[in-house]
Amino acid sequence: MAVLIDRNTRLLVQGITGREGTFHAKQAAAYGTTVVGGVTPGKGGTIHEGWPVFNTVAECVRATGANASVIFVPPPGGADAILEAADAGVPLVVCITEGIPILDMMRAFAAIRGSKTRVIGPNCPGLITAGQAKAGIIPGHICKEGRVGIVSKSGTLTYEAIHQLTKLGLGQTTCIGIGGDPLIGTSFIDALSLFANDAATEAVVMIGEIGGNAEQDAAAWIKQHFKKPVVGFIAGQTAPPGRRMGHAGAIIAGGKGTAAEKMDALREAGVHVVKSPAEIGAAVKTALGA
Amino acid sequence: MKIHEYQAKAILARYGVPVPQGEVVFNANDAAAVARRLGGTVVVKAQIHAGGRGKGGGVKVVKGPEEAQQAAQKMIGMDLVTHQTGPHGQKVQRVLVEQGLKIARELYLGLVLDRTTERPVVMASPDGGVEIEKVAEETPDRIFKEFVHPGIGLSAYQTRKLAFALGLQGPQVAQATKLMTAVYQAFVGTDASLVEINPLIVTEEGNLLALDAKMNFDDNALYRHADIKELRDLAEEDPLEIEASKYSLNYIKLDGTIGCMVNGAGLAMATMDIIKLAGGEPANFLDVGGGANAEQIRNAFKILMSDKNVRAVLINIFGGILRCDVLAEGVIAAVKELGVPVPIVIRMEGTNVEKGKQMLNESGLNFTTADDMREAAEKVVALGKVHGSTHR
Repeated sequence: MAVLIDRNTRLLVQGITGREGTFHAKQAAAYGTTVVGGVTPGKGGTIHEGWPVFNTVAECVRATGANASVIFVPPPGGADAILEAADAGVPLVVCITEGIPILDMMRAFAAIRGSKTRVIGPNCPGLITAGQAKAGIIPGHICKEGRVGIVSKSGTLTYEAIHQLTKLGLGQTTCIGIGGDPLIGTSFIDALSLFANDAATEAVVMIGEIGGNAEQDAAAWIKQHFKKPVVGFIAGQTAPPGRRMGHAGAIIAGGKGTAAEKMDALREAGVHVVKSPAEIGAAVKTALGA
Repeated sequence: MKIHEYQAKAILARYGVPVPQGEVVFNANDAAAVARRLGGTVVVKAQIHAGGRGKGGGVKVVKGPEEAQQAAQKMIGMDLVTHQTGPHGQKVQRVLVEQGLKIARELYLGLVLDRTTERPVVMASPDGGVEIEKVAEETPDRIFKEFVHPGIGLSAYQTRKLAFALGLQGPQVAQATKLMTAVYQAFVGTDASLVEINPLIVTEEGNLLALDAKMNFDDNALYRHADIKELRDLAEEDPLEIEASKYSLNYIKLDGTIGCMVNGAGLAMATMDIIKLAGGEPANFLDVGGGANAEQIRNAFKILMSDKNVRAVLINIFGGILRCDVLAEGVIAAVKELGVPVPIVIRMEGTNVEKGKQMLNESGLNFTTADDMREAAEKVVALGKVHGSTHR
């Protein structure tokens, strides 16, 4: 068992003929993902690295039965690519692109919310179900089939957590990079509610960062609804206020959105909060009594 | 990206927001000329990006050209210290000379994107002229909000709700509707991330005007606003951060002594945090990006070494797909070329990590390797202390 992505996933790649799209399509296929084809407007009808290329997502879905899309297109076309995938009825859309204008995303979400399309990201590493399939850029070889779900705003920090869990033999179910933008398709709460219903996931690692109040909202939700152990880490405990720390969403604004505030909220909700990113794996082990 | 008050006012005016008459000048003589043209009482306002200028002596109400000249003379070139600038202040290069107005009421109007509702929110308060964070903290019921549907835009009824909540009457309500609609148009039209008019005043004659204005913009959307991109004032930014931005490095200078070089924003923040936990202080935030190629590593070293407070450097790269031998090669080449005079601790993960470590250890250079983040942080903090007491 796992969430969102597994052996039955049929993945299409938007921007498959680009450098990133090509590289990560191959990586996904090598990991065992069923990559069915891709979309590059104007290159429809050609074959790229053995995959059929289509002009539109709708055509690709019709021809291949794709049920998930991963997006590697430049930022000016990012929101449009998400809208196109949603319009074609793709149920899972993973947008890796970093740097999409926020108002583009605001409009896209206004159109998509309430539809059957779930968006992961943008500005995220995507997701992977250990030993089964991946959509995005999370390296497959650091994962190991196991017991822990991960939901995180960060890319490389997620890899760090995966690596620690693998080294400790705990492994992962599904790892979801939800992205570092101020507006994202899938929230901590969305991911946690999926993990709540997944029997294979025995514990969850939640990695947040400064900015906004998604972590506080998640804390309130966990307290009410989530029964499995959660280990939390918040990046940016030493971040200065008013500065955007790499991610568009990572900013302490008007004294709000600090790491301390988030860590307190999570602790209060019963989450095992670690101060050091090096202790994530060990804390999961303790929480599981493993 | 931030811009100056006078630039924000010019943009808002273009969208139909009433602003006081005035002009920006770069020297005292021009300030006198503008004051003469405007006549009567004028206000001389230092133009720096930080707020809280009034308390620091950056805003002066004066009578006539002579006084305007003196005020401008005093301000231009001064290091203006406010609660937002830090202790060294920010050098004033330009001042705005504006007509003085008789103020009956000071209100607040702000517009940002609300993350939770995913909609722009217009905020208005009858308590203008003070920091809105303070109002939000002490009297949150004095802030009125209207959330805007992206597809519909700001509706007239919403502006009326806000106008009446602000206690506006008669023709002022129509003025407020027009003004708020213009502010909303400016917000979406320029891809702003913040518009703040504080105070929005009602003059003794009963007219609404933006007496102060602040606009920030979404960096990701600047590609489609060449005119706004041009307003970037490099004098307001840290020179090292400007240099880093030329190389597409995400760098923020801090006050500590441990330089760090990391791939990925989250891991870069976490690396700063673990340096602090190990008893050190991070000198910077630096995300070299996903690739972490040799060129970027060389550029990153250049930036780190320009910060004279740096006593040791921690490189933390979680490559995953990246090959560690290639990374090691890049680090060795950069250090050889640039002659990095401080100890370097490297923690890396990825393909061929053992080979990469071996290359570093056999390079004859001042490298220390570490297996995990905690070990890396402890080593770099210890080395920084030793090095700090004996060198530089």
